[in-house]
Amino acid sequence: MTAVTDSTRTIVTGSRTTPRGRRAGSRGREQLISWAFLAPFLVAFALFLVWPIIHGIILSFTDQSLTGAGGAFVGFANYAEALGDPKMWQSMGNTVWFTLLSTVPLVVIALLMAALVDRGIPGQWLWRLSFFMPFLLASTVISQIWVWIFNPQVGAANNILEFFGLEPIAWLQNPDTNMLSIVIATVWWTVGFNFLLYLAAMQNIPPQQYEAASLDGAGAWRQFWSITLPQLGPATVLILILQILASLKLFDQAYQMLGGVASDTTRSIVQYIYEAGFVSYRFGYSAAISYVFFALIVIIGVAQALITRRRKEQF
Amino acid sequence: MSTATTAPTATETITTAATGAPRRTRLPGHKPFGPLRIAAFVVLLLLAVGWLLPFLWAVATAFKTETDAASGDPGWIGASGPTVDAFVAILSQGNVYTWAFNSLWTSAAITLITLAISALAAYALSRLDFTGRRWLFIAIIASIVVPPQVLIIPLFYEMLAFNLIDTYWGLILPQVVAPAMVFILKRFFDAVPIELEDAARVDGAGRFRIFWSIVLPLSRPILASVAIFVFITAWNNFLWPFLVVGDTTLMTLPVGLQTVISAYGVQYAQVMAQAVLAAVPLIVVFLIFQKQIVKGVATSGFGGQ
Repeated sequence: MTAVTDSTRTIVTGSRTTPRGRRAGSRGREQLISWAFLAPFLVAFALFLVWPIIHGIILSFTDQSLTGAGGAFVGFANYAEALGDPKMWQSMGNTVWFTLLSTVPLVVIALLMAALVDRGIPGQWLWRLSFFMPFLLASTVISQIWVWIFNPQVGAANNILEFFGLEPIAWLQNPDTNMLSIVIATVWWTVGFNFLLYLAAMQNIPPQQYEAASLDGAGAWRQFWSITLPQLGPATVLILILQILASLKLFDQAYQMLGGVASDTTRSIVQYIYEAGFVSYRFGYSAAISYVFFALIVIIGVAQALITRRRKEQF
Repeated sequence: MSTATTAPTATETITTAATGAPRRTRLPGHKPFGPLRIAAFVVLLLLAVGWLLPFLWAVATAFKTETDAASGDPGWIGASGPTVDAFVAILSQGNVYTWAFNSLWTSAAITLITLAISALAAYALSRLDFTGRRWLFIAIIASIVVPPQVLIIPLFYEMLAFNLIDTYWGLILPQVVAPAMVFILKRFFDAVPIELEDAARVDGAGRFRIFWSIVLPLSRPILASVAIFVFITAWNNFLWPFLVVGDTTLMTLPVGLQTVISAYGVQYAQVMAQAVLAAVPLIVVFLIFQKQIVKGVATSGFGGQ
């Protein structure tokens, strides 16, 4: 959160967090009131977040099965198996590969879109609708549309290739191109979210800065490079981190576009968690893979914290 | 988002969230028809066409006969002319209505419950003094990094124990915990001037009265942002509803549509008609609430997820 553009925040002075003028006798009462306010959230928080985190760790040390069988303590056996499981590493590799392939266009195209729309070109509602609308669609809907576009016989993707005199491709059916196909669909689907975040950051740049620059004779191009872009640094770091975390969670569209078929070239880590738990019924092993994945997320979270802290020290 | 960089007593607050309003005035230094401006317009137009095309193709195919759709002819209108046969076939099946209704009301329920419990907790964290406040806040912030996907196994196990598999409650309850939204609301409440509350307290108003009749009305914009964000997330959620609901009549739209992809085989026009039908309500909602949605995503997007 702290990486939001400096211009988007206002320093509110004074600490208002401690109510003033409290009499000593009212302290116990305020405690009670506080917990009454907190109770509904805390019950849900404990039941559906804290306990599952703890229980997941417990399960990962057992051979619990979805069928109810098992449940014996097996020590680190699941983790040892996961770290020696080529399929686990393959799905981890696929996930990282997807993250690399998708993050770059999802940030660069979003920046391009926002920079162009921010120029105030007429037709604002149309640009926003075109770029952001796909984000509102359910993964199932976008999967259906793109499965049809990538259809090797009747799909539009091959029509376009033909138009440019290129050979048709089997897209989703071909292990060499199925991940690329998922990346293309994902960029189309979710770039609008980053586009809106960039647009919000750009609209917080005071117009006076552009006016001053224009008085100094700077054109639109110069203004973008010397005013807009430098001030997008913090927003870019944040969008990048959010995008990486989102891409690492790949499952819905990859699973659906391949019709639920497990492909060695597209199976993501979340899909492997799902397969281990709900196809092979191995809850204990699936929980262990979940925590290996969680460790990866935490490492990225810590890296983000370190980067944002270093940025703070620099300025 | 961040765990370590946000002190619980943060004094900074986002007060000027992105308005989402288009720039009214042309930026200075631009000639109305300068070459750069024309180039920008052309690039923008190409991008917009590129982004609209997949959807337009889907619409065009939905209005074709199955024979035309399967012919591979790239024309916008099939050889047999436009037809609504595919839509009629989909709508006469009935399940689509059930799924859309399920999606609508479960998403609304998730949004209402999330908003209520998060706002109450955020108010206590922002304004009330109680033992362990600092640690509780740190715990809530830290939990933002936990991806829901990591918890599917223990959550499913829990639902089995509670007998909530294949029920609406099993679908709804695990989706109402949104620590990121508590964080966003807490930051907003921090910025509400305390003088307003002090005046009400002098008049003898209780904490809940103050929260309900002073703080909440002042927080309408942020509540709307959070509500929109939670609703879109719930509406489109696939993995959890897919795992917890197996009964066709309890399915949400994303899960229900997934089950018929294979059932329809090569009936492209019907599959596209289905996709278009599922997409149209959201497009209409977007056109009506464009400003609020843009603002909601920009505000809540920076805070959570």
